[in-house]
Amino acid sequence: MSTAVRKKSLIWDYLTTVDHKKIAILYLIAGGIFFIMGGIEALIIRIQLAVPNNDFVSAGLFNEMITMHGTTMIFLAATPLLFALMNAIVPIQIGARDVAFPFLNALGFWLFFFGGLFLNCSWFLGGAPDAGWTSYASLSLESPGHGIDFYVLGLQVSGFGTLISGINFIVTIITMRAPGMTYMRMPLFTWATFVASTLILFAFPPLTAGLLLLMMDRLFGGNFFNAALGGNTIIYEHLFWIFGHPEVYLLILPAFGIFSEIISTFSKKRLFGYSSMVFAIVLIGFLGFMVWAHHMFTVGMGPVANAIFAVATMTIAVPTGIKIFNWLFTMWGGSIRVTTPMLYAIGFIPSFVIGGVTGVMQAAAPADYQYHDSYFIVAHFHYVIVGGVVLALLGGTHYWWPKMFGKMLSEKLGKLTFVLFFTGFHLTFFIQHFLGLMGMPRRVFTFLPGQGLETGNLISTIGALLMAAGVIVLLINIVITTFKGEKAEADAWGLGRTLEWAVPSPAPEYNFAQTPLVRGLDAYWLEKMEGKKGLTPAEPLGDIHMPNPSFLPFVISLGLFIASFGFMYHNDYSWGLPVGILGLVITFGSMCLRSIIDDHGFHIHKEDIIEAEKKGVKA
Amino acid sequence: MKKWLHNWRLFSLFSMIALLLAGCGKPFLSTLQPAGEAADMQFSLMLLSTAIMLLVIVVVTIIFVYVVIRFRQRKGEENKIPKQVEGNHTLEIVWTVIPIILLIILAVPTVKATFDLADVKPMNKEKRDKDTLVVNVRASLYWWEFEYPDYGVITSQDLVVPTDERVYFNLKASDVKHSFWIPAVGGKIDTNIENKNQFWLEFDQERAEKAGNIFYGKCAELCGPSHALMDFKVKAVPREEFDQWIEKMKNAKKPVVTDPVAKQGEEIFNKSCIGCHAVTPIDKRPEQARTAPNLANFGDRERIAGILEHNEENLKKWLKDPESVKPGNKMTGTYAKLTDEQIDALTKYLMSLKVE
Ligand code: HEM
Ligand SMILES: [Cu+2]
Repeated sequence: MSTAVRKKSLIWDYLTTVDHKKIAILYLIAGGIFFIMGGIEALIIRIQLAVPNNDFVSAGLFNEMITMHGTTMIFLAATPLLFALMNAIVPIQIGARDVAFPFLNALGFWLFFFGGLFLNCSWFLGGAPDAGWTSYASLSLESPGHGIDFYVLGLQVSGFGTLISGINFIVTIITMRAPGMTYMRMPLFTWATFVASTLILFAFPPLTAGLLLLMMDRLFGGNFFNAALGGNTIIYEHLFWIFGHPEVYLLILPAFGIFSEIISTFSKKRLFGYSSMVFAIVLIGFLGFMVWAHHMFTVGMGPVANAIFAVATMTIAVPTGIKIFNWLFTMWGGSIRVTTPMLYAIGFIPSFVIGGVTGVMQAAAPADYQYHDSYFIVAHFHYVIVGGVVLALLGGTHYWWPKMFGKMLSEKLGKLTFVLFFTGFHLTFFIQHFLGLMGMPRRVFTFLPGQGLETGNLISTIGALLMAAGVIVLLINIVITTFKGEKAEADAWGLGRTLEWAVPSPAPEYNFAQTPLVRGLDAYWLEKMEGKKGLTPAEPLGDIHMPNPSFLPFVISLGLFIASFGFMYHNDYSWGLPVGILGLVITFGSMCLRSIIDDHGFHIHKEDIIEAEKKGVKA
Repeated sequence: MKKWLHNWRLFSLFSMIALLLAGCGKPFLSTLQPAGEAADMQFSLMLLSTAIMLLVIVVVTIIFVYVVIRFRQRKGEENKIPKQVEGNHTLEIVWTVIPIILLIILAVPTVKATFDLADVKPMNKEKRDKDTLVVNVRASLYWWEFEYPDYGVITSQDLVVPTDERVYFNLKASDVKHSFWIPAVGGKIDTNIENKNQFWLEFDQERAEKAGNIFYGKCAELCGPSHALMDFKVKAVPREEFDQWIEKMKNAKKPVVTDPVAKQGEEIFNKSCIGCHAVTPIDKRPEQARTAPNLANFGDRERIAGILEHNEENLKKWLKDPESVKPGNKMTGTYAKLTDEQIDALTKYLMSLKVE
């Protein structure tokens, strides 16, 4: 088997891997590091705003902080961390041996990684972007230095990665399901991944288009958004939000999926109203595309457009409501075991409901004239993103950690993390609703005393510190259990319902020795209830074909990284253009190489599989 | 909208929230203490939506708490397998239909208010009524210009408006996008660079008095380092007082300076500052040439640079190094370094610029 590869250094192994489970770990580590960076930026923002007239950071640096915080959290932390869980779990959940395009899967990761790295190089090379994570055109065109160029180039590169990964998941879920795994038997996390990937497919191209136009304006003398020469900045806002709104659904739908799994597992019940849950996810995904202009009520679109978008936005509350009640009724009549992941699910429901209802409040356009660009909005979207997505990421990580790493995380420390994070979260953001209503605009680096804003801001900062403490406990937990954690069973929580719990923890390279036959929803649970130990196989045991590892995804992405530097500096230095072209040559050269080299992959032989399975069962 | 509010007042929960919310913030700034028709409409919509949403939260919370407490796994139940319920169509239809009804209750007044607030016909009439006040607002990094086109008067930083009538605004930006927001008086609207936005606000006399006749305005769209400091003030006064003020502004001549120190200041001003700043409210230059706030009534202003308390010390601080007050502003570095003596003279001169 692949022992030859194993013996090579761990680092080389990960630089060349095309195995979805290892790519998941890469996403988890990279996304985790970016999450911590975004968190540090958030703390700096909150410390600056702890008291009025503070001068902890300067006005310019503050704007860089909010921009990088928002950009990092959305593009480099939340999305990749979800990709980590999707990569780790979805192929196993549908009974597949890998994703449809393992090579592209690796390419997706490295593009994201180099894009994020490029963006963060800005800190050391003359200043980070400072026009907010939305980078609205008039301001981003005025911004001096190269900050915004880092933003447009970095996000284009990492955006390609996201797009590629999204397409990969779509194809995987459509074509790689095990026999019997019909659409209406797919676990909800898989469903959510499927819909979220479709959102990526339709949402990222407009973003790339918007960024491309911005790049033309800034680096190549274009005038798409230059109003003095007939350009139009409002077009940029539309392009951005046609991407930006689906983006938040692309984050929250997988979160819904994760909690659906956790809630039904630890309530020991099948999901209440499975088909309406699927319907709701698809509907939310669809409606997510129809409502982007609710971010632009104050731009001056006129009452007709505002009214239409207001009403359209409100409709999203209906499928969302369906989901909430279905979760509650999944727990109803169950036998709820309060593990750490379940604790996150329980905390999620009220937090997300608060975030959801403030969303409906904002949909009332005239009221939004008051909320828009105030701290009320900051409170709302953090209730959704932190109360929804981050709680899901934390819960999901605790839930699937044993599957990914073969060790249980400490429940005691896990619960401590939850309590700290959850308390800190509400302390930070609840009060911000009121700060906004009391007239505090968002993205302000300071506020003046005597306007009634002091107490709220101080409380908010204290909350942020508590959240940071929670994250630190999580890191300690990870370190401790990595070295002396308890080894995890295949069915690590003893209550697994879906296929991933039927394979050893961590799953072997080939996932399933024999592709399983799926006989219903919650396939593994069905088998267990019938008293069987494992899954019913759908094929005889035989050699398994695997793809070869490859260094090319890394090189292709590196090429774009180099090209980005070249094009960014081409107006300043004569070496810019050649370096830019060199980068493209590296990228396209290695793509050619990939096409020319005949790579047939390799086989894992039957005997080795039998050997490995024996060990797996013993563990 | 008013009627809506009336009906809903009966609802005890509703008035409770109103009480609760109204206790928050300062009357010159807070959206929770609305001081005019537009803000009232928005506030009642905020209350209506808050009430509906609170209702949702209460229902969910009750079920949630019940479920979590009642259906916890007890000791000895580790192996209990609950019944695997598939779903329940009646229930699912119930929680689809009820939200739809709640949303319709919210959507109808929303649409109505959207159109009411966008009604700017009176300002666009071929020949507009001479009592209809129109103000052109121009936002720049990091200051505001207010032009009264029917009177040919320009001021900046402090907007003066009559109370108890609708005031109509044309709004735009001269460099990057900003957003015009007077929280206590009404929601914001963006100032774009490629087009003009229009809306109206109304300032209530009674409630303006409670706020000391001054409201605080903010820029709500990130526009650069000093975005947070791009404040302005609104002086809302009864119509007669406003008429007197506009009359004085209209007739204000070039200031006559008698004090010798101020005279010296005037000379410095005419050498270093007049290129950008004007000192009479009637400024005939095109707007592209008006690259700095009009200082005609500087002595009457509420704040220096929109944020600092209005006194000589702060003015000196500003003249000495505007950057230390508003980072990234467009005044820094546009004039030669001033000696302390020159700053004193300028201060004297600027403080003497008054129309009142
Ligand atoms: C660790 C806890 C967090 C804290 C304490 C925090 C705090 C903040 C603060 C204070 C702001 C600036 C508000 C303003 O002045 O406009 C902000 C903005 C933002 N945050 Fe967070 N945040 C946290 C987590 C997250 C997460 C997990 C995400 C997304 C995954 C996120 C996304 C954003 C975005 C998109 C912005 C807007 C940035 C902009 O205006 O350009 N935050 N956050
Ligand atoms: Cu501004």
